[in-house]
Amino acid sequence: MIKPAPKRRRRRAFDWSTAAIAAIALCAAASVYWRDGREHFLAILGSDLTLFGEMLPKVLAGCLIGSFVTLLLPREMVAHWVGHESGFLGLLIAALFGFILPGGPITIYPVAGAFLVMGADAGAVVTFIVSWTLIGYTRALVWELPFFGSDFVLWRIIEALPLPILAGILARIVVKAGYFHEKTEP
Amino acid sequence: MILAINILLWVVVAGLALLAAMHGRILLNEGLREGSIEFIRLLPRIGVGVVGSGFIADVLPNALVADWLGPDSGMTGVLIATIGGALTPGGPVVGFSIGAAALKSGAGAPQVIAYSTAWALYAVHRLVTWEVPMMPAHIVWLRAAVSLPLPFIAAAAAMLAGRP
Repeated sequence: MIKPAPKRRRRRAFDWSTAAIAAIALCAAASVYWRDGREHFLAILGSDLTLFGEMLPKVLAGCLIGSFVTLLLPREMVAHWVGHESGFLGLLIAALFGFILPGGPITIYPVAGAFLVMGADAGAVVTFIVSWTLIGYTRALVWELPFFGSDFVLWRIIEALPLPILAGILARIVVKAGYFHEKTEP
Repeated sequence: MILAINILLWVVVAGLALLAAMHGRILLNEGLREGSIEFIRLLPRIGVGVVGSGFIADVLPNALVADWLGPDSGMTGVLIATIGGALTPGGPVVGFSIGAAALKSGAGAPQVIAYSTAWALYAVHRLVTWEVPMMPAHIVWLRAAVSLPLPFIAAAAAMLAGRP
């Protein structure tokens, strides 16, 4: 059912996005040094490195949780669960798996596609993807925390909790209104 | 607070490692290895972004950022941030670096939340590179369409709740 992509996506350590940000950051750092002097430069560097360092244990924990969940939770089982629940419970389960399942777009979209094949409706699939995007823990731990710190991220996630369900309900309303035709085959 | 989160996370790691070990030594080793490799590969990207965003924030014109995206910019600022998020190209390093730089140089938290929510949900570049090739097209457009109001709702919730 699910396309064979059980191996997790190997993220490259460096890519064009990172190179672009690195180039902009270097220019910014040079102009800070030139404009405000060494002391201010070191103050900024110090505070950013501190934030980065404080978050590293969480990033490592996030990576390990992600790799263990990938190994322990068969994707076929997840697809079966989501595909066979309907109603509001179906949306809740889809949101829960969006939160739990680790990985990047290469692993998530095939799972979402499998939900459709297993009989899930568009609302559940929408809820799953929005949940993975907005409240998924791997993304929050690995990416958001080092940039924004714990308080901000926790606060943002609590406020985002209802959004995946809301998106799923909206999707069902739109489908019911006849603006989109549901197809079971992707 | 930070310590509590760390302890909770590592308890989860330990629990999962134990569960994996019960399935056999190979699964435990594979989990530890995959997770560590992922971590090491991510480090340079996150490091560049986090350290870079501090310097970028310092050279951004603070008055201008505060004017357009500051806490007093209200829903206009949220709209600008949402459009900015939708148009931001590139991977997570780009989106998070810009969001963090904006926050550090005077943008309001609800506006930054709107930016990162819009970027995460319907950045055009990501929809086209990732979602469209891998999902049925009608689901992609349905998801993008119902996601349109979400950055505004997230920002409104952030305004009502206030910062911790």
